[in-house]
Amino acid sequence: MSEQSKEVERSQNAGLAVIKPDAVRDPGIEPHRVRMTDKSPKHAKSAARQVALLFTLSMFGSAFALWTYFAFPINEDLNTVRQNTLFLGVGITLGLLGIGIGAIHWAKTLMPDHEVAEDRHLLASPEDKRAAAIEIINLANQESGFTRRKLIRRTLYGALALFPLPGLIIFGDLGPNPGNSLRHTIWKKGTRLARDPYGTPIKASDVTIGSVYHVVPEGLVPGTEHYLEEKAKAAVLLVRVEPDKLIETEERKSWSYQGIVAYSKICTHVGCPVALYEQHTHHLLCPCHQSTFDLVDGCKVVFGPAARPLPQLPIYVDEEGYLRAQSDFNEPVGPSFWDRSVKS
Amino acid sequence: MSSTSNQPKKNNFLAGTANYVDERLGVAGVLKEFGRKIFPDHWSFMLGEVALYSFLVLLLSGTFLTFFFDPSMTEVVYDGVYAPLKGAHMSIAYASSLDITFEVRGGLLMRQVHHWSALLFVAAAGLHMLRVFFTGAFRKPREMNWVVGFVLFVLGMGAGFTGYSLPDDLLSGNGLRIIDGMIKGIPFIGTWISSFLFGGEFPGTSIVPRLYSLHIMLIPALILVFLAIHLVMLVVHKHTHYSGAGKKDTNIVGYPLMPVYVAKAGGFFFIVFGVIMLISSFFTINPIWNYGGYDPSPVSAGTQPDWYIGWLDGALRLAPTGMEFMIGDFTVSMNILLPLAVSLIFLALVAVYPFIENWITGDKREHHVLDRPRNAPVRTAIGAAGVMFYAILWAGASTDLIATQFKMSLNQVLTAMQISLIVLPIVSFMVTKRICLSLQRKDREVAIHGRETGRIVRLPHGEYIEVHEPLNEYELYKLVDYKDYQPTLARPNAAGKITVRARIRASLSKFYFKDRVSPATQSEIEEARHHAEEIEQEVQKAIESAK
Amino acid sequence: MMQKLKRKLNGLRRSPRSVIAVLFAGLIVVGSGYTAVNASVSSERTVEYTKEDIEYGKKLFLSNCASCHGKNAEGTANGPSLIGVGAASVDFQVSTGRMPGAASGPQLQVKPVQFTEEEIHAMAAFVASLGAGPSVPDAAYLQANGDPTKGGELFRINCAMCHNAAGAGGALTEGKYAPSLDNSSPKIIYEAMVTGPQNMPVFNDANISPEEKNDIITYLVYLRESASVGGEELGGLGPVVEGLVSWFGLLGIIIAITIWLGAKSN
Repeated sequence: MSEQSKEVERSQNAGLAVIKPDAVRDPGIEPHRVRMTDKSPKHAKSAARQVALLFTLSMFGSAFALWTYFAFPINEDLNTVRQNTLFLGVGITLGLLGIGIGAIHWAKTLMPDHEVAEDRHLLASPEDKRAAAIEIINLANQESGFTRRKLIRRTLYGALALFPLPGLIIFGDLGPNPGNSLRHTIWKKGTRLARDPYGTPIKASDVTIGSVYHVVPEGLVPGTEHYLEEKAKAAVLLVRVEPDKLIETEERKSWSYQGIVAYSKICTHVGCPVALYEQHTHHLLCPCHQSTFDLVDGCKVVFGPAARPLPQLPIYVDEEGYLRAQSDFNEPVGPSFWDRSVKS
Repeated sequence: MSSTSNQPKKNNFLAGTANYVDERLGVAGVLKEFGRKIFPDHWSFMLGEVALYSFLVLLLSGTFLTFFFDPSMTEVVYDGVYAPLKGAHMSIAYASSLDITFEVRGGLLMRQVHHWSALLFVAAAGLHMLRVFFTGAFRKPREMNWVVGFVLFVLGMGAGFTGYSLPDDLLSGNGLRIIDGMIKGIPFIGTWISSFLFGGEFPGTSIVPRLYSLHIMLIPALILVFLAIHLVMLVVHKHTHYSGAGKKDTNIVGYPLMPVYVAKAGGFFFIVFGVIMLISSFFTINPIWNYGGYDPSPVSAGTQPDWYIGWLDGALRLAPTGMEFMIGDFTVSMNILLPLAVSLIFLALVAVYPFIENWITGDKREHHVLDRPRNAPVRTAIGAAGVMFYAILWAGASTDLIATQFKMSLNQVLTAMQISLIVLPIVSFMVTKRICLSLQRKDREVAIHGRETGRIVRLPHGEYIEVHEPLNEYELYKLVDYKDYQPTLARPNAAGKITVRARIRASLSKFYFKDRVSPATQSEIEEARHHAEEIEQEVQKAIESAK
Repeated sequence: MMQKLKRKLNGLRRSPRSVIAVLFAGLIVVGSGYTAVNASVSSERTVEYTKEDIEYGKKLFLSNCASCHGKNAEGTANGPSLIGVGAASVDFQVSTGRMPGAASGPQLQVKPVQFTEEEIHAMAAFVASLGAGPSVPDAAYLQANGDPTKGGELFRINCAMCHNAAGAGGALTEGKYAPSLDNSSPKIIYEAMVTGPQNMPVFNDANISPEEKNDIITYLVYLRESASVGGEELGGLGPVVEGLVSWFGLLGIIIAITIWLGAKSN
C-alpha cells in the first residue's frame, strides 16, 4: 500500500477508506430539463384540467360512498353484506385515489421541478458549544455534589434499583401458580368415551376398522364449567386397527381393546390437535408443524419437530359394550415443560 | 416580527389564517425554518412513508373497530345472521367480531382495511429496512435511527400478533395454542409464564382482554413514541440522497417541502389509503366465519400465522426430530429452544449490524450519500444471505401449501428446506458478492474507456479495435463516486501487544475488503482518453494517406 | 364437459332398460334408506340389484378391473380386495374418475370419468353382490336441508384438519393430500364418509349418523352457494396467500405508484 493510504488509516477519521487525491471531480447538479407544461401554456392548462377532473372524480366517489351507505343496507341475506362492502369500498377508494393522484399530478406537472441544493452542517456541535455544555455538566455536578457525596449517590442507585420491583410484583395475581393442573385431566377410572362435541357414549362395536372417533370424556359438553380448559387436555382420538398390526409393550397390552386404541390428541410439540389420521399408513399428522406419529407403534414420532410419543389413554369395555377409561393418562399430555417428569 | 408590518390584505384568506395562528403560537419561525426544507425524490425513499401511512390507516380503522368489538371471553350462544353458526357456543369476542362483519354497515370493510393495512405496515417497514440496509443509509450518523426503526419493526410484529388473536376464532386460537406450547418449553419459568399470561390454564378467559389492552393501548402508544423519535431523527439528520453529480455528504439535493413535497407526500397518503381500500373492497382477508369459534379439539389444514410471524413458525417446523433431552428429571425442549434462539440471534444481528460494520471500517465520517449496493459487495452479499435465510424460514411456515400446490411430498419439502436453510444463504452470499464485483469492474471499465459503440475499425497495421464513446461528465461521476476500503493488519497497541480484538478486526476487514474494485481516478481516465486520441489520430492519418 | 353430460343423460333417457334400472335402483335406495334409519351401526346392508345388473357389472369388472383386483375381486399385489367394500365405494371411486387408476403415485387422482352412469351402477351392483358393504346413499340424505350449524361443528371436528375449514383441501404425509371439496357433489361427499377411500378414515353411521352427514353436506353446500361476503376468497387457503397478496399485490401496486411519483414529468 502507498504511503498516502497508510496515512489515511492512521488519521482515525476515514478509517479504512481509501481517499484518492485524483478522484474524479464533481461536475455539479445536472442542468434542469424543461417540461412541456413549462414551455407550453396549452399543456399547462390541460394538466390543470386533469388535476381538477381528478379532484371532481374524488367528490363523486365520496358522494357515491355516502349514497351506498343508505342504498345498500345489510340484512340476513349475505349478498347484502357483499354489496355493502364492495360499493362502499369502491366509493371511498375513488374518493381517496382522486385526491391522491390529483395532488401528485399537480405537483409533478405544475409546481416547479428545479432541484435545489441545501447545505448540511456537521451534526456534532462546534467546539465552543461543547465546551460550554461540559462546563454546565461540571457545574451541576459540583453544585449537587453528585460524584463527591458517595453515600447519597449509592443510596440513590439502590433506591432506583428497588423502586420498580413493587410495580412488577403487583402483576403476581395475573394467574395462579401452575401447580399440578398440567399433570391431570378429567379422565378417571370408568369415564365413558364420548363423541366430540355432542357427548354421546361410544360402544366398542361402533368403532369399525378404519374408523376414527374424536373423543371427549362423557359429560364434557359445551356450557360446562372450564369446558375449553378441560377439553384442551382431555381431547382423545379413538381408532381401531387390525389387532395383529399393533406393536404393544407388555405394560400396554391391556390398554387397548381388540385393536381399539385411544391416544391424546394434543401434540407433544406445541399443543396443536394432532387430528389427521391416515387409515392405511396409520400415521397421525399434526397440521401445524407436520409432526407425524405412528399410531400402531405407540404413537412414536416418525417425522417432524415433536420429540415424544402421544400419551395413550388406557381403555376397557364395560358389560354394556361401552368404552371406558381405565384411569387418567399416566403422564402429562401436551407440550413439554421443564418439570413434567418430576414426580409430585 | 411586528404584526403591523405583516398586516394581511383583507381578501387574502391564506395570509389571514397564517397571521391568526402566528400571533397566538409564533409558528412563522418554524415555518421559515422548515417550510423550504429540501427532500430528495426517489421512489425507494417512499417505502417508510408507506409504512407510516398504513399505520395511520390502522389507527383510523382500528378506532372504528373498537366501538363495536367486545373482547370478553364469556361464553354466549350466537344468535346473529350468519346461519351456519346460529346456536353455536362461542366467546363474546368472536360473536362481536361476527356482528361487525355481518351486521354493521361498512364493518366488514373496516375489518378488511384494518387487516390488509396491518400486513402492508409490516411489509413496507421490512422493505424500507432492506432499502436502508442495502444502500448503507444506516451508517454514521444514523446508527441510532436504525435501531429505532428495528424496534418499530418488532413492535409492528407484536401489534400484528396481538390483533390476530383477538377474534378468538379457531385459527387465532390455535395460534395462541402454539405460543402457549412454546412458552411452556422455556426452562424453569415456562409453566409460570404461561399460567400468568393466560390467567390459569390455557385457554382460560383472560387472554383476549389482556391482548386487547396491549393491542389498542400499550403497543400503539409505543409505536407512536418510537415513530416520533424516528421522524425527529430524520429531520435532524436530513434525508440521505443517492450518489450522483452535485450530491455530496455536505449538501442535500431535492425539492422544497412546500409546496412540492407537501403535495406529493400528502397525495401519497391518499393513494396508500386508496389502494388499501381498493384491495379491501375486492379481496377477503381472514374470513373468521369459516373458522368457527375457538375449540381446542378441531384444527384446520393450513393453520398458519400472518406473514410476519411466518418465519418464526417456519423455524419451529424446520427443527429436526428428537431434539428434546433430559437433564436428570428435567425436560429440555431443544425443539423449541433452538428455533427460538436462532430467531433471537438473527434479530439481534439485524439490530447491531451498523455498529459491527462501523467497528470494522473505523470510518468515523458522516455519510449522507448512499452507496450503490454493488459498491459494498460484502455488505450486499450479507444482506442477500440474510434475506435468503429469512425467506426460507418464512417459506418453511407453508410447507404444507407448497406440497399441495406444487404436488410434492410434504416430507421432502420439509427436508429440502432444512438443507436449504444452511446451504442457500451461503450460496447467495457468494453469488451476490461475485455479481457486485463484476458490476463494479464493468463500471470501472465503462468509466475509463467509455461506452462500447459497436463500431469496429481496422487500423493500418491490421489491428481491429472497437471505438468507445466517452461518457458525459454526469454519467461518469455516478460511476466513480464511491470510496473503497482496504483490509487492515492486526497492529500492536501502545503496550506493544496485538490484542484479540485487533486480530478479529483485522480478519473481518480482510473478509469484507479483500476483494475490491477501486473507482476509476481522473488520471486513469485521462490516460485512457489520451490513448484513444492517439488511435483516433492514427485512424485519421490512415484515411488521409489512402486518399 | 356439459355436452358430454347431456349426451349421457340423453342416452340414459332413451334406453328403456336403463329407465327401469334407474327406477328400480331408486326404489332400492329409498328402501335401504329406511333400513339405514333403523340400522344403528353402519351403512353395511346388502342391496339387491337385478341379476342383469350384476351380470353386466361382472362383465365390465372382468374386462376393466380384474387385472388389478383379481378375477373374483379377491385383490392382487396391485389392488386391494373389493369384497365387502360396498356399492358406495365403487360409485365413489369410478364416478370421480379415480378408478380405473392411472400410473402409480402417492394416491389416486380425480380424472375424466371412464364409464357411463349405467355402467357404474352395474359394477356397483356386482361388487355389492360379493359381500355386505356401504351402499349408495339414500337421496333423502343428500338434500342439503339439514342443520348447517351442527354440520359446521361436525365438519370442523371431523374433517377440517385435513380438508381445511373452508373445504379447500390440505397436505398429508409423503405427497398424499386431502382434496378440495369445492367440486364434490353431496353424493360423493357422503360416499367418501361411509367408505373411507384411500387414507381417509371411515365415518360410519354410529360415528356420524346419516342425518348428521346431511348436516355436514348442508354446511358445505351453504359455504359453496352463499355469497363470498368479503370478495375474492383467494382459494380459501388462509394467511399464506394473504401474505403473498399483501407483498406482491398491495405493496406491488404502491411501489408502481411510487415509481410514477418519483419519475420526472416531461
